[in-house]
Amino acid sequence: MTSHGIKDQVAIVGMGCTRFGERWESSASDLLVDAASDAFASAGIERDTVDAYWLGTLNSGFSGMLLSTALKIDYRPVTRVENFCASGSEAFRNACYAVASGAYDIVMAVGVEKLKDSGYSGLTRANPPSDGTGTTLTAPARFSMLSPAYSAKYGVAREDFKRAMTRVAWKNHYNGARNERAQFRAEVPEEKIASAPPVAGDLGVFDCSGVADGAAAAVIVRAEDAHRYTDRPLYVKALSFTAGPGTGTYDPRYDYTTFAETVRAAGDAYAQAGITDPARDLSMAEVHDCFTPTELVIMEDLGLSERGAAWRDSLDNRFALDGELPVNPDGGLKSFGHPIGASGLRMLYECWLQLRDEAPSGRRIAPRGKRYGLTHNLGGGPGECVAFVSVVGAERG
Amino acid sequence: MSPGSIGILGFGTHVPYWRLRGDTVAAALGKRGGRGSRAVAGSDEDTTTMAAEAARHAVRSAGGAERIDALWLATADPVYADKANATAVHAALGLPGRVHAADLAGSVRSGVAALLAGLHYPGATLVALSDRRNGPSGSPDEAGGGDAAAALVVGQASPDGPVPLLAEFLGCGSATAEFLDRWRRPGQPWPDSWEERFGERVYTSLAEESLDRALKASGLTAGDISRVAVTGPSARAVRSAGTRLARLGVPDGAFADDLTSRVGNTGTAHPGLLLASMLERAEPGDVLALAVLADGADTVVFRVTGAIAERTRVPSVEDGIARGRDSLSYADFLTWRGLIRRQQPRRPDPDRAVAPASARSETWKFGFAGSRCAECGTRHLPPQRVCLECGSRDRMTAEPLADTGGTIATYTVDHLAFSLAPPIVAAAVDLDGGGRFSCELTDLDPAELDVGTRVEMTFRLISTAGGIRNYFWKARPAREGTPS
Repeated sequence: MTSHGIKDQVAIVGMGCTRFGERWESSASDLLVDAASDAFASAGIERDTVDAYWLGTLNSGFSGMLLSTALKIDYRPVTRVENFCASGSEAFRNACYAVASGAYDIVMAVGVEKLKDSGYSGLTRANPPSDGTGTTLTAPARFSMLSPAYSAKYGVAREDFKRAMTRVAWKNHYNGARNERAQFRAEVPEEKIASAPPVAGDLGVFDCSGVADGAAAAVIVRAEDAHRYTDRPLYVKALSFTAGPGTGTYDPRYDYTTFAETVRAAGDAYAQAGITDPARDLSMAEVHDCFTPTELVIMEDLGLSERGAAWRDSLDNRFALDGELPVNPDGGLKSFGHPIGASGLRMLYECWLQLRDEAPSGRRIAPRGKRYGLTHNLGGGPGECVAFVSVVGAERG
Repeated sequence: MSPGSIGILGFGTHVPYWRLRGDTVAAALGKRGGRGSRAVAGSDEDTTTMAAEAARHAVRSAGGAERIDALWLATADPVYADKANATAVHAALGLPGRVHAADLAGSVRSGVAALLAGLHYPGATLVALSDRRNGPSGSPDEAGGGDAAAALVVGQASPDGPVPLLAEFLGCGSATAEFLDRWRRPGQPWPDSWEERFGERVYTSLAEESLDRALKASGLTAGDISRVAVTGPSARAVRSAGTRLARLGVPDGAFADDLTSRVGNTGTAHPGLLLASMLERAEPGDVLALAVLADGADTVVFRVTGAIAERTRVPSVEDGIARGRDSLSYADFLTWRGLIRRQQPRRPDPDRAVAPASARSETWKFGFAGSRCAECGTRHLPPQRVCLECGSRDRMTAEPLADTGGTIATYTVDHLAFSLAPPIVAAAVDLDGGGRFSCELTDLDPAELDVGTRVEMTFRLISTAGGIRNYFWKARPAREGTPS
């Protein structure tokens, strides 16, 4: 497979991100107007400056008209993108390519999800008509299958793995408590996390990301034009995406301790960005902590932990705000909830703040590595998912 | 045994995993006492799935599906009306299209009717009897009812072939009458009954008449009977008929345990269950009689052959009883029957299984046939067109896997998903001989699960939505008496 990447060809020059949470007062359109307006203001532009839009949403609306009707866009292209939990990141990736291709000068990627209006717990979606033989499991149940498999493979006591899961939740809530945009803004004691009511397998309520509404947006231009809009643009170093063959649920070789989709996406992204040692080169990572064991496995899939070591690294606080490599400094899906279409761009927003020294002092990370930030999503479940990895950096070159 | 004689070629039963104890019911209703326990269909079982399970065993016992010419499903509790239920059993067994499949449904009497009709139908007939019995809260019909299925393959032995008769059919005798003992209008949850003493008197005379005719047809006397079982919806009539039969010369020691104290009275299925139970204990040469008291009386007489000792072993009635779990609460029993409605998680209702997609995937959804790549041998569940290993397209052959065991690779317990019997337990199951099936588990205590647990496949109800039953396969812990 050939993947040339577009390192340093495009840059983010403005971003917006709403407060995430139970936004009973706001519709999906309202959230889009808020995020887009903030991004316009951040880039110092007006709506009509933007040539084209990419909109990520799972099912808060259909077609580009969800955005064009909200913003009253005058007959410009709006591409609606859906790729499971990577929908927001996919909007961003394709918007970047449109600028890199020379087709447009300035574009916006925006993602939104309005989950709370459904009245249901957890995520729901409309499925195509089927023969009824597909899985009936909820997302937490599917991801909870990582835990016994990981424990068995690496000889880790289930209690120790659970302690590592608990530490992930504790860390992300600690970070989220320092973020005004987060859904949950309180630190949670580990005892409370560990003893929360069971949801699925070893997962308690606090091992699961919340259900929230939210939106986020980014304005993207050619790298050479970036300084027209801001003194501190964020350069796109790598964009990668994989859709897996989905064979894990019926291939006995799949062992439920890894997401090959993430491994492949990360390998491609690191090659594009020129990263040889991600744990050394990155300053931070925003990863898809939909459930706490997912974050542990992701650490290994991204090469930030050795295989079989993420649980120990977690307990050693290696990925804490003041740890060796801060992971989810904004609080992650744990603190923000997971409005599907918005999450990828919300992660990017934390890179935007941290790498440009705009993060509030309470959660500002120490400068390290190449001042690169990584964002990661996966969508689907173990053995059958899509994965996205981006790398952005504060400096060109 | 004369050439061309007919009889029983194979049999199998399904006794559900769950038991409701009589004292559990009594305690829930603020009463003392309560005896025995009854079998209860799981929340993922109905008369069709139970029939399919029993029929799978019966077909294996009879040496395979090749000789089956017809399938009749008898039940007083049909899942669908207008639409045949036997066709789902037919599909679950992977029977060829040439095999006629139809229901005899509505009355308890349909069970013995299917057996008699099968014995008189040309060719080999798979007769599946299945029932789920209800009664008003606290009634004998509720605590003493039961859920189960039994299936028999009946017909001629193959002339010189591999399928011998296990028991030769000697004769039958009927006595039909119109009177009210138990009756239920369609849609009602349980039957009404007349004063038992009335039915008792009618049934006792009918039992005598039918036995008399059956013995005449068989050229036997009552004293020739080695084993007899009497069954019918009225326990009182069954007891009195037994006494009458003894007075007519049926030997004292011939009366078989009627299983009601351990599985309950399973109605339409019960004649099959009792016949299977008698066959499992029989010696060559034994004369078995079965008297069914349901809107008349029908007595059938068989002589056990020498082949009984070498029959293919399938899970026995006693195996099914032994694997039962008697911790079912009365509240859960009522919930599963739809008699009380419980708070559900705030999750959407299940999607209905749509007709065209279900028809397209019949061999998978019902027949549990995966596919094997002809190029590289990789097995796929569900069947695929493109091989996951070598990428070959459309080089697959279908492979039925319902009788293949497996091992749990990883699993979970889902407290959030919609279920009448939460939590849903699911696993990735690695099948013996290759392939993985990701599925729900059933008939288990989640605490007994671990990576490496052995499981077997079972045909179940996944959900009901829009009035459509969504059938598919699950796995359950492997037990004694099942193939490994």
